[in-house]
Amino acid sequence: MPKEIKNNILQKPFSRRALLKGGALGLASLALPVGNADASVWEAFLQKHFKEMNDDELQSVIKRMEKEYAEKYNVNFNIKSTKPLPGTLFGYGLDVSRCIGCRRCVYACVKENNQSMEPQIHWITVLRFKKGEKWVSSLEEAEVYYAPPEVPEEGHFYMPVQCQQCENPPCVKVCPTQATWKERDGIVVVDYNWCIGCRYCMAACPYGARHFNWGQPNRAKQEYNTETHYLGNRPRYKGVVEKCTFCIQRTRENPGRYPACVEICPVGARKFGNLLDPDSEIRYCIENKRVFRLKEDLNTSPKFYYFFAT
Amino acid sequence: MQKIPYVLYFALFVFLLLFEVAKAKDDIPEFFVPPPPFSEGIFPCSGCHKGMEVNTNRRELSYHEDIKLKHFDGWCLDCHNPNDRDKLRLASGKVIPFTESYYLCGQCHGDIFRDWKAGVHGKRTGMWNGKKEYRLCVHCHWPHQPRFRPLEPLPPPVNPEDNKYKKVTQDQIPLNPVNNISDKLR
Amino acid sequence: MAKLLQLIKNFLVTLKFITKGSRWYYGWLAFLLFLITSGILSYIKQIDQGMILTNMRDQVSWGLYISNFTFLVGVAAAAVLLVIPAYLYNFKPIKEIVLFGEMLAITAIIMCLLFIVADLGRPERAWHILPIIGAMHFPDSLLAWDVVVLNGYLIINSIVVFYVLYRLSIGKDYKMSVIWPIVVISIPWAISIHTVTAFLYNGLSARPFWNASILAPRFIASALCSGPALMLIIFQIVRKASSIEIADTAIFKIAELIAYAMGINLFLFGAEVFKEFYSGSVHLAPMEYLYFGLHGHSSLVIWMWLALIFNITAFILFLRPKTRENFFTLNLACALIITGVYIEKGMGLIIPGFIPSVLGEIYEYGPSGIEKSITVGIWAAGALVFTLFLKFALPVYTGQLRFKTLGSHSEE
Repeated sequence: MPKEIKNNILQKPFSRRALLKGGALGLASLALPVGNADASVWEAFLQKHFKEMNDDELQSVIKRMEKEYAEKYNVNFNIKSTKPLPGTLFGYGLDVSRCIGCRRCVYACVKENNQSMEPQIHWITVLRFKKGEKWVSSLEEAEVYYAPPEVPEEGHFYMPVQCQQCENPPCVKVCPTQATWKERDGIVVVDYNWCIGCRYCMAACPYGARHFNWGQPNRAKQEYNTETHYLGNRPRYKGVVEKCTFCIQRTRENPGRYPACVEICPVGARKFGNLLDPDSEIRYCIENKRVFRLKEDLNTSPKFYYFFAT
Repeated sequence: MQKIPYVLYFALFVFLLLFEVAKAKDDIPEFFVPPPPFSEGIFPCSGCHKGMEVNTNRRELSYHEDIKLKHFDGWCLDCHNPNDRDKLRLASGKVIPFTESYYLCGQCHGDIFRDWKAGVHGKRTGMWNGKKEYRLCVHCHWPHQPRFRPLEPLPPPVNPEDNKYKKVTQDQIPLNPVNNISDKLR
Repeated sequence: MAKLLQLIKNFLVTLKFITKGSRWYYGWLAFLLFLITSGILSYIKQIDQGMILTNMRDQVSWGLYISNFTFLVGVAAAAVLLVIPAYLYNFKPIKEIVLFGEMLAITAIIMCLLFIVADLGRPERAWHILPIIGAMHFPDSLLAWDVVVLNGYLIINSIVVFYVLYRLSIGKDYKMSVIWPIVVISIPWAISIHTVTAFLYNGLSARPFWNASILAPRFIASALCSGPALMLIIFQIVRKASSIEIADTAIFKIAELIAYAMGINLFLFGAEVFKEFYSGSVHLAPMEYLYFGLHGHSSLVIWMWLALIFNITAFILFLRPKTRENFFTLNLACALIITGVYIEKGMGLIIPGFIPSVLGEIYEYGPSGIEKSITVGIWAAGALVFTLFLKFALPVYTGQLRFKTLGSHSEE
């Protein structure tokens, strides 16, 4: 089926808003105390899908969210909704021969992307393998909870895994509400206000890249990053799924900064750039290095390339 | 009449050559975040070495006792310029400043030098589609013992096997351990 | 206006009927209401603090709720085992009881929907899954398909049940011309609800344990064991508790059908075991975990062997005419098969999809207190729905309850 037709589900010509408002109001009036309910609760409840909102609607939603966040977290957030840059398809490279497994990327990511610290959510999982053990096709021998005094350890190597930003993402295919989708620059994003928390995408993801807010996300107040993107690192809600967005709030700018994990990596094992730009670092890696993608047999076509520089 | 084109061809050739050379020079990254990482108070070397006589013999050093060369089977003056200690010297005899030490490293590690220029070897920060910030080789590799030094890893994730839910108050939320890590490489 | 009044009157009559009963009846209702209340309280707690109160985590992101959902879809689909002989082959003894099978199907679907809602992180946004007002991802998402087929099945069965009961309650026989088209749709539809549910798991290449094409046939086969077995037990209770005649031949025929279904189920299971263990690829891990334990983790092993022994025993008991026509061994076999399939298709199917996790981690999931309490609450809700159904349908069936229609007189 051609993509256009599929996407049209969200672009129905008639106004669904009236229908939606009427129906949902009737339904929800049974569940919520109408008299003292704050108007913004209703607005949040009736909020449309991100892709369905026009610019004005989006701006008013963002304004409402900034107000909500300010009340909730006592800090002022700036929520951007920057569109994809034309002619950009993001790709990522990770040098397996250099990674020392120090987990700085894991926590730099948490710092940048406002994940919950308690309960803990990490978007990056670093796997440790013994040299000579099975790996890549079977990750069963991998160790996630290693904690030696120093890394790298003799006889081991490390492979960080995060969202692979598949060109053919199984998570997007299975989402029953279209709450997650692939943007034109290749980033798979989630609308945290549309996700119903069924976790079907988590079952479908072969890389364990999707994480669920099992509890109310919590973080020390002074540790929030207030520069956010609607589809990226704005504070999340209990009961929704989240994932790596290649730091959409940083990268989707012109000029745009490298993702936080790239910038923190002490060994420079992480590479990032535009796959459509023949002079980019990521293209250099693909063209000059031995490259593999994780679980390639599943045909998800990740835009996350593991390579060996040596 | 016929001679002028030859001159033009020659001029064009020279121009293109210069252009290529200039372009080749452009391969070198423009911007280095930190200056070369000297030990405190060590630079300029000429501060001490100015009056000293050059001794080319291999020997136990009495001053730089912290330096144990674990690199190649070489000696100080294979890289340090004996005549002007504030400079380095390539095998060709060309003298370069410390800020261009990558030429020195590139003499042996040509493949890595090439990767580094492409931004693939080593750490690079800044803008993916704009100005990029580079590090010198010596920012990560101490030239006298260039093997990357082990680091203390940050804590592993919470294992769900022992992740029994408890309600936390604001002050019980753990702080991000990466905040305590300085961005300095060594 | 008169019609509306009549409707209200009929409703009151119904209400009177279903609220009147023996002490046992009230005790049973009180027991169910107690379980339901504790389930609701647990659910409120889960909504308030989040699903962190369950033992599900990122590594094992579905658990007891989805396990029960899967089992119950099978129960719902199993009504077809009665519908086919009843309506297609006009097998009289089953035709008389097919309605109870359909009521069980309705109940099971309601429970399925409750389990799905219990599993949602944001249940108040459930309308996002609907077409038109939401953004249903049809036809890409199998969950969208499941919403369609489950609700469709609910509607189909509700129409049949309420139509038949309505006709009976006004003292007339139902018209086959009305039933027939719905029945013809309902048979493939019943197969479809379980096929789609199987495909829900089946389509995920990330989970090798589910990504086997044998899954859907196995789902159907095992559904045709557990669902009818449940019905057999219910029929015997109905027979005891009311004056309704349920022929032994109907019960024995169903028992025979269960034997065949279990035979096929065991065969398909054997085929899967052979493929996994003989080829011994890396995809063996979940199966190994289930039956032998993996890297020292083996909490499901005993259950899986138990389920296997139960299923084989029940298969033999159902297969031999002597044991299936003896009510003690018959009921034993029913209990064994229900338990066996519940383990096999509940936790035994969902959990190994996540063990080892996609990144090779083993997190041994076991449901938390909250999960158990909500699950029991939903089962109690199902039992309550079915009890009320019976309470209403039985007197209609036996002719004790007759509605007045306009222009006719009450027979009571």
